[in-house]
Amino acid sequence: MKYLLLVCADEAIELPAEESAALQRDALAWMKEMDDRGVRVRGHRLRDVSDATTVRVRNGEMLVADGPFAETKEQIAGFDILECADLDEALEVAGKHPVARYGTLELRPFRLG
Amino acid sequence: MTADLDAALAAVFRAEWGRVVATLIRMTGDWDLAEECAQDAFVAALRRWPDDGLPRSPGAWLTSVARNRALDRLRRSSNEAAKLAQVALFSGDSATPEPEIEDDRLRLIFTCCHPALPLEARVALTLRTLAGLTTAEIARAFLVPEATMAKRLVRAKHKIRNAGIPYRVPPADLLPSRLDGALAVLYLMFNEGYNASAGADLIRVGLCDEAIRLAGSLRRLMPGESEPAGLLALMLFHHSRRSARIDASGELVTLEAQDRALWDRDDIARGVSVLESLSSVGPYVLQAAIAAEHATAPTAADTDWTSIATLYEKLVEIMPTPVVRLNRAVAVAMASGPSLGLALVDEVAADLGGYYLLHATRADLLRRLGQRADAADSYRRALELTESVAERRFLSRRLASL
Repeated sequence: MKYLLLVCADEAIELPAEESAALQRDALAWMKEMDDRGVRVRGHRLRDVSDATTVRVRNGEMLVADGPFAETKEQIAGFDILECADLDEALEVAGKHPVARYGTLELRPFRLG
Repeated sequence: MTADLDAALAAVFRAEWGRVVATLIRMTGDWDLAEECAQDAFVAALRRWPDDGLPRSPGAWLTSVARNRALDRLRRSSNEAAKLAQVALFSGDSATPEPEIEDDRLRLIFTCCHPALPLEARVALTLRTLAGLTTAEIARAFLVPEATMAKRLVRAKHKIRNAGIPYRVPPADLLPSRLDGALAVLYLMFNEGYNASAGADLIRVGLCDEAIRLAGSLRRLMPGESEPAGLLALMLFHHSRRSARIDASGELVTLEAQDRALWDRDDIARGVSVLESLSSVGPYVLQAAIAAEHATAPTAADTDWTSIATLYEKLVEIMPTPVVRLNRAVAVAMASGPSLGLALVDEVAADLGGYYLLHATRADLLRRLGQRADAADSYRRALELTESVAERRFLSRRLASL
């Protein structure tokens, strides 16, 4: 089963330098562990929603706007594509992600066929 | 058809429905197909058994008919997934050994109670696939339109398939939390029935029987775990009081005031024997042991509050929630006097400031200590916090008597 792991957190929260460094370290360790296990296909961190641009085409006209597609309390800060045996494995992988401790992780199964 | 055969068929249905569905889900991986084929098998049984008599092993008969129906349906279907399922069905041994079938039911319980499903869907799915209630019956039990319940069940089944929720008994590291989750679903099912008022739909009240039956199955399926047995005993003790807890005018009757002659002695005896077989304790086992003290006291005055206080002491150790601590305070007050109880109540006052029972308990203890002004304050606070008519009447009476 393939899942998209959306890593969401409130961008407005500024962690103390020490905690922020620990988070970085833990995130790298998580990536390495999941890469080695072969459950993480790829993934990346994303820039803040202030750098986001939305695009819509209506009646043949392209509408471009600044900002994310929806205003939410937490924003998508990164993503990972996981290849897991089942949801229980995906839950275990997500539960080990350091952002799970203060943000929210969303698992979305790929729609195939 | 004779009444005997009718009753036998009903008993077979209750006992075998979950097994047949569970086995068919494992064989086909398709929940809807499994339910439809189980349904077909029971219809076939209704047609054949009145003439042929009950087969020697009704479960095996039903499973084999359901499996053949599944094969027929899959053969007629042309898609790839159906072909794969067909292969799995053919390779499956036609006489599945008993332990495997029991494992299927466990798999089904844990899948229905998976935390990735919404709680209300877990309860509904358990009632549908394990207990064999129809969608219409479950809708009535939860007071929602049938279409709403049908949608809820369909969504849950789709999520199981689409999100990759595994059909299996959780591995050792997940088992404790998943077992807690499954027990919580059964307890919720029970309480849903227990809190239904006396005149409520029988289906609603029947939820208690289903929850007790399922807890009994879980206990048999997991003999090494004490909590399923604890939950079973706890529900039996509650259930034993069903005729005594509501009076003729529909008012709730407190435990002390209940007519104990109305308590169901068979339920109590069964609960006691379930508890006696246990060697380890957990939250449900301890709650059941506390309920057993009440259930076996000949009169309210005979209640062994010292034992109950000791049991609460143990319960607080493993489940230190404010409500459990408040209940311990009540038990201590009954066993060792109101001032000791009051001190314990005050320890949880900050956590439960908005809970009327905290103030009602405090008021009662202050009243017994003769501190009338403080007691009156607490009764008033409790009155502000509850909307239950019966509770308000009780509290007002107490306040007036000060």
